[in-house]
Amino acid sequence: MSETQTGWRDWLLTDTPQSRNQARLAALFQGWLSFRSNPMAMFGLGILILLLLMAAFAPLLAPHDPFTQDLANRLKPLGTPDHPLGTDSLGRDILSRLIYGSRITLYIVTLVALIAPVAGLMVGTIAGYTGGWIDLGLMRITDIFLAFPRLVLALAFVAALGAGIENAVLAISLTAWPPYARIARAETLTIRNSDYISAVRLQGAGPIRIITKHIWPLCISSLIVRVTLDMAGIILAAAGLGFLGLGAQPPSPEWGAMISEGRRFILDHWWVATMPGLAIFTVSLAFNLLGDGLRDVLDPKDEK
Amino acid sequence: MTDLLDVKDLWVRFPTRNGVFDAVRGVSFKLGRERLGIVGESGSGKSMTGRAILRLIRAPGQVEAAHIRLDGEDLLQKSEAEMRKVRGERISMVMQDPKFSLNPVMTVGEQLIEAYQLHARGGKAEARRRAIEMLEAVSIRDPERVMRAYPHEMSGGMGQRIMIAMMLIPDPELLIADEPTSALDVSVQAQVLQILDKLVQDRGMGLIFISHDLNLVAQFCDRVLIMYAGRVVETCDADKLHEASHPYTRGLLNSLPRFDAPQERLEVLQRDPTWAAAPSVGPSA
Amino acid sequence: MSALSFEGLNVWFGEGRDRVDAVKGATFQVAPGETFGLVGESGSGKSTIMRALTGLAPHWSGHMSVNGRPVGRRRDKEFYKTVQMVFQDPYASLHPRQSVDQVLSETLYLHGFTDIEPRIEKLLDDVGLGPSFRFRYPHQLSGGQRQRVAIARALAPEPSILLLDEPTSALDVSVQAEILNLLTDLRAEHDLTFLMVSHDLAVVGHMCERIAVMQFGEIVEILGVDEMRAMQTTQPYTRSLLKASLGYIRD
Repeated sequence: MSETQTGWRDWLLTDTPQSRNQARLAALFQGWLSFRSNPMAMFGLGILILLLLMAAFAPLLAPHDPFTQDLANRLKPLGTPDHPLGTDSLGRDILSRLIYGSRITLYIVTLVALIAPVAGLMVGTIAGYTGGWIDLGLMRITDIFLAFPRLVLALAFVAALGAGIENAVLAISLTAWPPYARIARAETLTIRNSDYISAVRLQGAGPIRIITKHIWPLCISSLIVRVTLDMAGIILAAAGLGFLGLGAQPPSPEWGAMISEGRRFILDHWWVATMPGLAIFTVSLAFNLLGDGLRDVLDPKDEK
Repeated sequence: MTDLLDVKDLWVRFPTRNGVFDAVRGVSFKLGRERLGIVGESGSGKSMTGRAILRLIRAPGQVEAAHIRLDGEDLLQKSEAEMRKVRGERISMVMQDPKFSLNPVMTVGEQLIEAYQLHARGGKAEARRRAIEMLEAVSIRDPERVMRAYPHEMSGGMGQRIMIAMMLIPDPELLIADEPTSALDVSVQAQVLQILDKLVQDRGMGLIFISHDLNLVAQFCDRVLIMYAGRVVETCDADKLHEASHPYTRGLLNSLPRFDAPQERLEVLQRDPTWAAAPSVGPSA
Repeated sequence: MSALSFEGLNVWFGEGRDRVDAVKGATFQVAPGETFGLVGESGSGKSTIMRALTGLAPHWSGHMSVNGRPVGRRRDKEFYKTVQMVFQDPYASLHPRQSVDQVLSETLYLHGFTDIEPRIEKLLDDVGLGPSFRFRYPHQLSGGQRQRVAIARALAPEPSILLLDEPTSALDVSVQAEILNLLTDLRAEHDLTFLMVSHDLAVVGHMCERIAVMQFGEIVEILGVDEMRAMQTTQPYTRSLLKASLGYIRD
């Protein structure tokens, strides 16, 4: 058993990979090794894996239905038998609502992470590589988006499009892409004049191929890091919209919306708002720790 | 006490994921008031040797040695605060690229004056006078103008001369020059070398000249250490470098294209693993 | 017909007041199979001539032609199949996230080759790297090995003219010897014409038949290598350059 393990290890750590797949796996494995040596990042990753599992097995884990009201048992404190985290104003089990709420949180986070950085990457690399008028135009649009306070802009979008999770995601994405565009552009400007890009140009490659095949792979790593570090902000923005009643609509167990509902009782029944707050805090912290660890692994400046 | 610097059994170690990497392995040498060249290829440990003397190896790297004596005082016994004094006042270092060694947002004059005031509690006027003196010492014709200039306005050769001027302000006993002319054009290189040469002679400084250029070291230095894989494989008088006996030194010399003697193909160095395994040569204590 | 011909080539950077004339009225020809050297100090415009030819320096006037075909504003695939370039710093000329295999297959794909597999093996073999290097990333290669990969990339489209921009100045002397020998062999095997830029006169003297000495963007003198070795030059700048490259002489 241990012999095959060291065999795998050697195979992955070799300096002379024999095939494309081995080379790719070896690069991944070495990244994993250096990521693993960062305990805080591993801690963050652990929390996020738990969150994923929690979302996946929510029906099995939740002791109650998150929507079932039980007005006889409203505002029960922590540690009540059958309701370890208490109940809210309508007597719904807070633990169950948190567990189901993780699905919404993940949904929002995934959608924003798919939309905003991709949009930013495209705008930034095109502006950076082409330069001239296209650069000027794209960057001024970026500046306009940057100039608005994020939540206010999101509010305006949601107000125009109507409240709801999808529209909240769209609004957050629309306000989140400009920083990614700036990062991607700055990276592109340094990459654009490097010898290896000149070399591909001398092979007759066109701008689209250079941007997608040669510049993107170098920008993506710093964007991934930036996105994980921004995740906390995105979750909070979604919670903020939920809190203002412009995101997820009741009775949806979205964490921000739960805080919003709980705020009326914050003095006498503090746990109703605090428990979802703690959940947001934990997940945001986990994303930040993960981002820190990823930065150490992915940042190409650290490579020899 | 004739030796300015006496290094015995110097090791520089870097712990890595795959065990400890020895960048410098048991190097010993003595230096009087002379020009000592250290040559070798990249990765031979020549720069690490220079930095280790000043204890400038960054953690997790470690410097170990039986002793590194400067005028009889062991530098390894000194505290970090005492070491900072040594670095500023008694040993100076000139790096390869002046662009990275000068502060880009301060004028040359400000940097020179600051360097002087760090070491001597002189007034501003005195510092300024000394700074101009130093610029003159490195053959800068228009020191007043250069004092007002920013580093990016300087050419490479000028920048390197300013660096040397800055290093000379505290009047050090030993100057360590790490590839000081590699980034410069040949004609400028000659001027910078002349300045270094003159300073060593006039001031009686010791000079450690680290370079990959065998011919240059042979012409410029008094004595040469040849390093390979962290060890000194051979040491000889610089003017006898072309009669060197170690196969590595011979291989390096032969692989150079000759300006005066054309050849069909260049000789390629055949590396022998025993070179790296053999112990360093050096003065027998 | 000469392989490369430059007539009255001017190259400049920037516009208006910021305009810098990097090359002024350069005129020379390189015969097929010849190795022609451009020497001079940094900023003399020697590399700029290559960058203008390949389209990396877009602002130029004058006349350039490759194998008798004039070079226009836009260069077609045919041009890049004829002229290829090896860059100075092998640490900067390979994409940090692409393996040797990716670099070469991308190049071959861009030139429209379909038999990519055997060609990669042949190219690696040509530059003296075995198949074991094929899936390595640049950070797993030494400087000399990287430069071999860069040479393999330049050879991929089977060019007849290779531009060498200080191909060994970032390498150790023992590695320099290997790379220069490799280039000599490749020139004989593939009937290549070399245009080489270097500040090292010993390297140029070893590789080239004729050299052009440049200063401040102008060609000061064109002379044969034997004349160079014998210091038979009429220009004081050439003489001072030759003297300086002989090494340090104590006054």
